[in-house]
Amino acid sequence: MENNPSISISNPHPSGVDIIQKTGLILFSVGLLLFLIASTGTGMKYPVLLLSLSIGLSVGGAFIYFFRKYLTKSAGVKNDQIWQNSLTSRGVFAWLFGIFLTGFYIVIYWFPSVLENLIRLMDPLSNLIRGNDSDQWFLYGTLYTLAIGVMGVKALLKYRHSNYQIIRTSSIIFFQLGFAYLIPAVLQLFNQPEFYFSYFWPLKYDYLFPSTVNYLTEQPGALGVFMVFWGAAMIFVATPILTYFYGKRWYCSWVCGCGGLANTAGDPFRQLSDKSLKAWKIERWMIYSVLVFIIITTSFLWINSYYNGSVFGNVSGPFANTYGFLIGAIFSGVIGVGFYPLMGTRVWCRFGCPMAAILGIQQRLFSRFRITTNGGQCISCGNCSTYCEMGIDVKAYAQKGQNIVRASCVGCGMCATVCPRGVLNLENGPLKGRVNDNPILIGNKEAKLNL
Amino acid sequence: MSKNIVIIGNGISGITCARHLRKLSKHRITVVSAETEYFFSRTALMYIYMGHMKFEHTKPYEDFFWEKNKIDLVKKFVNKVDTKNKLVLFSDGSSIGYDTLVLATGSKSNKFDWPGQDFKGVQGLYHLQDLENMEENTKGVSSTVIVGGGLIGIEMAEMLRSRNIAVTFLVREKNFWDNILPVEEAKMINRHIGEHHVDLRLETELKEIKGDSTGRVSSIFTNNGEEIPCQFVGLAVGVSPNIDFLKNSGIETDRGILVNEFFETNIPYIYAIGDCAQFKTPPNGRKPIEQVWYTGRMHGETLAKTICGQRSAYSPGHWFNSAKFFDIEYQTYGVINAQQKDSEESFYWEHSSGKINFRIVYDKKDKTITGINVFGFRLRHEVCDGWLTEKRTVDYVIEHLPKANFDPEFHKQYEPEIIERYNKQSGKSLKLKSRKGLLATFLK
Repeated sequence: MENNPSISISNPHPSGVDIIQKTGLILFSVGLLLFLIASTGTGMKYPVLLLSLSIGLSVGGAFIYFFRKYLTKSAGVKNDQIWQNSLTSRGVFAWLFGIFLTGFYIVIYWFPSVLENLIRLMDPLSNLIRGNDSDQWFLYGTLYTLAIGVMGVKALLKYRHSNYQIIRTSSIIFFQLGFAYLIPAVLQLFNQPEFYFSYFWPLKYDYLFPSTVNYLTEQPGALGVFMVFWGAAMIFVATPILTYFYGKRWYCSWVCGCGGLANTAGDPFRQLSDKSLKAWKIERWMIYSVLVFIIITTSFLWINSYYNGSVFGNVSGPFANTYGFLIGAIFSGVIGVGFYPLMGTRVWCRFGCPMAAILGIQQRLFSRFRITTNGGQCISCGNCSTYCEMGIDVKAYAQKGQNIVRASCVGCGMCATVCPRGVLNLENGPLKGRVNDNPILIGNKEAKLNL
Repeated sequence: MSKNIVIIGNGISGITCARHLRKLSKHRITVVSAETEYFFSRTALMYIYMGHMKFEHTKPYEDFFWEKNKIDLVKKFVNKVDTKNKLVLFSDGSSIGYDTLVLATGSKSNKFDWPGQDFKGVQGLYHLQDLENMEENTKGVSSTVIVGGGLIGIEMAEMLRSRNIAVTFLVREKNFWDNILPVEEAKMINRHIGEHHVDLRLETELKEIKGDSTGRVSSIFTNNGEEIPCQFVGLAVGVSPNIDFLKNSGIETDRGILVNEFFETNIPYIYAIGDCAQFKTPPNGRKPIEQVWYTGRMHGETLAKTICGQRSAYSPGHWFNSAKFFDIEYQTYGVINAQQKDSEESFYWEHSSGKINFRIVYDKKDKTITGINVFGFRLRHEVCDGWLTEKRTVDYVIEHLPKANFDPEFHKQYEPEIIERYNKQSGKSLKLKSRKGLLATFLK
C-alpha cells in the first residue's frame, strides 16, 4: 500500500488491522498463552488467578478486536474476503483448524486424562457454580459456552443491521448460558440430577431411555418426575405445536446448543455446506436412517426393560452403546464440530440429528412456516444459496418465484439477510397454497408458463 | 417438425429463452458463448471480487442441468453470421447451421475515445474477463478513479473499497444517478458513498488519462484541470449493444439490433433479445433498448413462445427494478421520473437516519399512483404490482402500506411515521388499515 494519498491522521483507508485491533489480538493471545501455561501444570499454584486472567484476557481481547472491526464500518452485510481467506475457504489454515478441532474432540471424549491440568484449572469455577470439582465435561461445557458467548457477540455486531439476527442470536446465547450451562450446574449444586431443559429425546437420546427415566423418577422430591414429564411433553406435545406455528426454527436456530454453536462460533464457516443435488440426496438417506436407528434403539430398550430382559437378552444394551458411540460421539461431536472449517457448520444438524429429522418432517408436512420470495425481483446472484448453512439451493426457488418449504431449513434467516434485492422472507401464514409448485414470475404479461 | 435453434449468448436472455424453448418443445437447442462454458449471474460479478462468493456460486444451475435438459453448450467465439446459408461462423474456422437464430449477445462497455483509454489498468466491467482483468489490474494499487455515476460505477467503487483501496468517483451529473433518481434519493446515495470513504466528485468528467513508461495508467485529468494520481481507472459510463460481428450480415441494426414487438429482425427466423435488441417501436413507456436483468428474462420468455408457434408480442407488465448501493437496498415499482412531470404529484418521506426513504408518485387529478421508490426497506412485489394494476389512489396505498412490507420479522416498521408525515402534509387524518405479514395478506 504505497502512495497512500491520505494525509489525515485517522487514515480512512486502513490496510486491514489497526492498532486497536492489534491490541485486542495481543490480549487474546496472551490469554491463550496463559491457558497453555496452566495446562502444563506449572501454574496450578494459582488456579483462580490463572483461570480468571486467561479467560478475562482472551474474551476481552476478542471483544476489543470485534467491536473495532465492525463498529468502524456502516451496518450491512459484511462478507468481504470470506472466499479469499484461507481459514474460511478450505485453505491451509482451515485444514489445520479442522484437524485441531477434531483432535480436541477425540481427546475430550476418549483421552480426558491428557487434559487433566486444564480440568483442574476449572475447579474454582466448577466449585463455585456446581459445588464439586471439575471434570472433562465441565471443561467442555465452559469452553462451549464461551465460544457461543464471544462469537455470539461477534455475530451481533456483524449482523447488527438485522433485528431478526440480533434477537435470534441473543436467544441462542441466553439458552446456552442459562439452560445448557448455569441451570444444570446449579441443579448439581443443590444435589439434584444434572438436567438440560433445552435438550430433548431423540437429540439427547438417553433422556427417554428406561435407565434415565428410572433414575430420574427415583429421585427424592418431585423434580425428577417433572424432568421426565418435561422431556416427554416437549418432544411429543410442544414440538408439534411450536413447529406448526413457527417451523423448526423455534428450536434449531433459536434454542438448540448445537445450532447455537453453528450460528456463532461456526458462523465464519456457514458458506462451506455442499449445495449440490447429490448432497441433498445423501442428506435425506442419512438423517432418516439415524432417526430410525434411535427409534429402534429406544424401543428395544423399553421392550427389554418391560420384559426384564427376557426378549432381547443382552442385545439392546450394546445396541444403545453403538448408537452412543457412532452417532452421539463420532457424528455429532467429532465430525459435527471438528469438520466445521471443511464441511460447514451444520453437518450434524443436516445429516445426522434425529431431532432435526422429526422437526423437519413436521415442517415439511404441516407447518405454517415457509420462506417466501418476492415476485420477479431475484437476480440469481447466489448469495442466498452460498450462505445457507443447511446446503439448500435457495436461489433455485427464488429465481422461479417459488416458496421454499424444505424439511432441512432451520430458519436462521441468513438468506434473507444477505439477499441484495429484498427477495427472501421468513414468514408464517396459512397452510393452503404454501407449496406453490407452479409460480409465475411477476413482470411479463405474456409469460404464463410454469417452469 | 423439429427445428434447429441456435442461440448466441448465454446470459439471462439467451438462457431463459433456451429453458422456455425446452419446456415448450423438443427442438434442438444450441447455446453459443465465448465468455463462459456455463451460464452465470452477471449481476453477481462484484461479489466474486469482494470475496462473498466464488465463480461457481454464481451459476444458477448445476452443470448437469444442461445435458439433462438437452441444451447443447458451445464455447466458441462468433465471427460472423451468414444469413444466406444460415450459418454461424466461429473464430476457429468451424461453423454451425441453424433454422432459427436468436441473438442474445448482450452489451459491451462504452468508451468515449478519451486520450489514454487503452493504457493498462483502464477498463470497464461487464464480462467475466473484465472481472479477471480487474483482479489483475488492482493488485497492489492504492488509489483508483471510477468514471460514471451509474450502477456499475458504484459497484466498482464498492468492490475496491472492500479491499480498502482509495477511490475517487467522477460523476458527470449534479448527483449520483440523478438521470434516474429524484434529487432527494440521489443526494441520499451521495452521502452514503461518502460514508464509505469514497471521494465523490460531482459534476466532474474525465478529460484525459496519463500513463507511465510501462504503458500503465499513472493519473487522470478532470475537466476542471485537476490531476488525480491513480493506478487504476474504472470506466462505467454505460454499455451499448454488442453487435460488431453483425456488420455486413444484412441484419438491420442501429444502436442495437432492430426488432419489432415479436423480437423479429428484418431477416426471417432471426430474432434478437436482451441488451442487444432495439425496439423500432418500444412498448408503451419503455425504452428502445432495455439493459436490465429482468427485462432480458422477459424477452427470453416471450420469444420462446413465438418460436414454438404461439406468436406473442412483448407485453411487459408494470416496470420494476432493484439495486443495492453499498448497504442501502433500492426497489422501484411503476414509473418514477427523475424530473417530476407536470401532471404528477409526489409524496416523499425520509427517515432521520438519512438512509431510509419512501416516495410515491401519483396523478395530480385522480390521485392514482404511478410509481413507488423505496430505499432501506423492502416491499412486496406482488402487492405493489397489484396496486398499480388496480389504479389505487395514494391515500389507499398509504393506508395499506404495511401489507406491502417485505422486511424480515422484528425489523422496525416505518409505516406509522410515513402516514403521520403524509397526514401532516396533506391535512388528512388517514389511519393504517392493514398489517404486515403473510397472514394479513391472506386475511386482508
